[in-house]
Parts: sequence; structure tokens; C-alpha cells
Amino acid sequence: MAMLKVPVTSDDHIQGPLEAPVTLVEYGDYQCPYCGLAYPNVRRVQQHFGQQLRFVFRHFPLSQIHPLAEPAAETAEFAGDYKRFWEAHDELYENQERLGAELFVAVAITLKLPVAELRDAITRQKYTPKIRNDFMGGVRSGVNGTPAFFINGMRHDGSFDFEQLVLAIQTQL
Amino acid sequence: MSHILTPGTAAPDFTLHVTPDQILSLRDLAGKPAILAFYPADWSPVCGDQMTLYNEILPEFQKHGAQLLGISVDGAWCHQAFAKHRRLHFPLLADFEPKGTVAKLYGAYRDGEGVSERALFVIDKNGMISWSYCSPIAVNPGADGILDALEKLPN
Repeated sequence: MAMLKVPVTSDDHIQGPLEAPVTLVEYGDYQCPYCGLAYPNVRRVQQHFGQQLRFVFRHFPLSQIHPLAEPAAETAEFAGDYKRFWEAHDELYENQERLGAELFVAVAITLKLPVAELRDAITRQKYTPKIRNDFMGGVRSGVNGTPAFFINGMRHDGSFDFEQLVLAIQTQL
Repeated sequence: MSHILTPGTAAPDFTLHVTPDQILSLRDLAGKPAILAFYPADWSPVCGDQMTLYNEILPEFQKHGAQLLGISVDGAWCHQAFAKHRRLHFPLLADFEPKGTVAKLYGAYRDGEGVSERALFVIDKNGMISWSYCSPIAVNPGADGILDALEKLPN
């Protein structure tokens, strides 16, 4: 059973209370179609468990086959600097079929973030060290593809449909 | 599941096509560590694909001076198309004729199916197998075992 090797810290993007009995960590890629399919399921799972669940998202871009995954992650991290990570995250997955430079700018405009600075951050790959750090932490934890989920530190090897995720989380409560 | 060669065994040498007009031998890599990744076939589903994942981790392998070699029974032209499609930046060797010869040498051939196991070998700079692992065929073993093994190699 693969175990999460990198503990959740305040450097992570976290939704839900610190003291929640269950933590769900996702390693995801904004251009991965399977991650796109998992996205609404995760949202439903969060609604289902409410304050009992803490959700953490970490980057795992497969940049060679998904060239837009990295700039998308840069966009989310840029928004994160303005405490708007999750709104950008939602915009990116909800508009995954339009992923690209225009969408990244549109996200910045929607969130009222400075567009020129976002463009600069993407060009300079400002957040690449953080994104790569997420990625390598995932590799060392046995992430072998995306999306990968860990429930209270244990890899969830079942499917990521709503019912399976709920069942797996339920056993931790 | 096959009985693959175990640590402490000298890695059998081989020579295979790496492109339709180029060959590569294990001994060409003498003096630096090698990672042999046997896998059943090109063109498995994208997001969970083992070779696609390793492609992203190449810089970590290179930190250890290690050369990654993917090996399957697919032919060199098939490998070429697959590598181009997935933008792979490491060699894929064609264990194609006689089919599976190298996989058999390493104990990593599945007779019934005619493909290699999903088997990993880390070979040290002196040509000795220092770590090996055979994954269930449907399970992408990831790269954590390889990285752990590379870290344990003496400098």
C-alpha cells in the first residue's frame, strides 16, 4: 500500500478544517481529462462530508504530454499568492476544454488579478520549483498517474467515482 | 508472475535496436548506472502510462548519472511512433527478433501472452543488478522504488 510521504503543511492548498477527521489529498494535472472527470466528484464528496473532510490539492503535471498543465498550475499558484487559489482551480477545471493562454488571462480578469504579472509569472515559470516539489513528493509517495488520491495518508487505489470515494472516506470516520 | 533476476546477479549484456537503424548494447553504458524498465506494450492508456511518467522524472535519474532504457517486444518503428507521440526523451529498445530474448534473459517474459513483464532493474556502474522489482502486469509501479535504489548506490 503506497503511503503519502510528504505530510500536509500550511504550504499546501487546503479546504476544510484543520481538525477534520479525514484528509483527502489529490495529485492532479489541469490538462488531464481523468482529473477533469474527477473534479465534480471531489466537489460532491466535499459537500457530502462537510466539516468532516479536509481536501488538499497538489500539482502533478505530466508536462511532456500535457504542455498546458504547467502554465495552468502557474496560473493557480499565481492566484494563490492573492489567496485566490481555489477560485482559479475551479475555473481551470470547469473550463478545461478551453485550457490555454486566453483562459489563463480570463481567470485573472475574473478574479481581478493583474494580467501582466500573471503573463510574466507564466513566462518566467515563477512557481515551477513549487510545482516540481509537489510533483516529486508525489513520485516518492508512489503516484503513478493522475488523478491520484490519498485518504488519511493511504493511497486510494479504487476508482474516483463519487460512491467509491465516499465509501473509502467513510471507513476512516 | 515470472522469477526475475535478483540483486547481486551480473546483468546479462544485450544488443537491441533503439531506432530502425541504430543499435545499443548494455555494455555501452559501462561506468554509469542503468535503469531497465521492461513493459508489456507501447500505447497503453495515457495518464497512467509508466513511460510517460518516467519521462517526467528523467532529471532525477540524471542526478544519479543513470540512463533509463525502456524495453518491450514492440518493433523499432512502433517504438519510434510511440516515443514521438508521447515526446519521450529516452531510448526504447525493441526486444523484437528473436522476440523477447532479452526479457527471457532477465526472467521477465510472459510465455502465454508473448510480452514482457512490467519489471524494473537498477544496474550499478559495474554491471551488477542492485535492485529489481516485478509489478503486477496491470499496475504501473511508479518510480519511487527506482529512486530509492539509485540513492542506495555507492558513489
